[in-house]
Amino acid sequence: MKKREIQEINASSMADISFLLLIFFLVTTSMATDKGLFRTLPPPVEKKEKKDKVEVNKRNIMMVLVNSNDKLMVNGEVMDVTRLKDKAKEFIANPANKSDLPEKETVDIPFFGPSRITSKHVISLQNDRGTSYQAYIAVQNELVAAYNELRDEISVRQFNGRKYSDLTEEEQNAVKDYYPLKISEAEPKDYGQAAGGAQ
Amino acid sequence: MAKFRKEGGKRLPAISTASLPDIIFMLLFFFMTTTTMKENTMLVDMKLPEATELTKLEKKSLAKYIYIGVPKRELQKQNGTEARVQLDDAFAKKTSDVGSYIASKRDAMPENDQPLMIVSLKVDKDTKMGVVTDVKQELRKAYARKIYYTANERANAY
Repeated sequence: MKKREIQEINASSMADISFLLLIFFLVTTSMATDKGLFRTLPPPVEKKEKKDKVEVNKRNIMMVLVNSNDKLMVNGEVMDVTRLKDKAKEFIANPANKSDLPEKETVDIPFFGPSRITSKHVISLQNDRGTSYQAYIAVQNELVAAYNELRDEISVRQFNGRKYSDLTEEEQNAVKDYYPLKISEAEPKDYGQAAGGAQ
Repeated sequence: MAKFRKEGGKRLPAISTASLPDIIFMLLFFFMTTTTMKENTMLVDMKLPEATELTKLEKKSLAKYIYIGVPKRELQKQNGTEARVQLDDAFAKKTSDVGSYIASKRDAMPENDQPLMIVSLKVDKDTKMGVVTDVKQELRKAYARKIYYTANERANAY
């Protein structure tokens, strides 16, 4: 008996099938990657912890208030959002060692050695329920910008002109230790009392 | 020599399409690997706020999304014109739903990834902070502390 030849599978429809799949993926996809600001929320507070807050020295706090008209007040002084970054930079770094800006502490940091940094500073951001989200993000953005610029400045000085984003992870962590990001978002219900305390 | 004589005159031979499936498959694989599915259909109007100091969200699989904004016009009859919280494909009935939503999303993740979960807040820029603050408080209670304010790039800094 003559062996029957195996018929070749017709592959001409394969192109159509893969076209269909291709079009499906083209339609369902979004290439755009999200961009935004990372933030870590504080853990939920128990009643007992509230006492600790009071003990933070007043010079170490920068009180940023945003009211329902999106107006800004920093440490009792009305301010435009465009000036916030420079104010925050001065507060975080305290370059002139002023007595009304955060106290410095000697901390041993890799790459830097013992350095005098304002490890206890806190930027306290408080907003009204009527504040618009855009204003809130703008303020957050300026505060992050202040940190980013300071970190860039110290990186350029310490690591031969390399910017923060060009550093290795260890070096970046050292810079982060030098200027730790400390933005606290206060309890919303504390708004009234805290605003009074700032003046 | 008769064997090699052309048959049927001067007709052009048909172009072979045998390699077409391969080409298409290659395109297909490219798109399959580079893409992510649309997360959700939007029920709210969304214009993201603008900022300059943005970082990219690298691992999308770790991100869970919460949308806040005014319901779209065709949905305003049932849902009102106040800012609402959208979880997956539905509006949250009350703000405390956020906690259970996050808990269920976290349970669905692989155990190693659970502590790394990021909650991406996509909030319309005209929303009042009251709603956002309530959601943030719920997230704190649910120990979903890593959050991400999604925003658009703004060209000029102050």
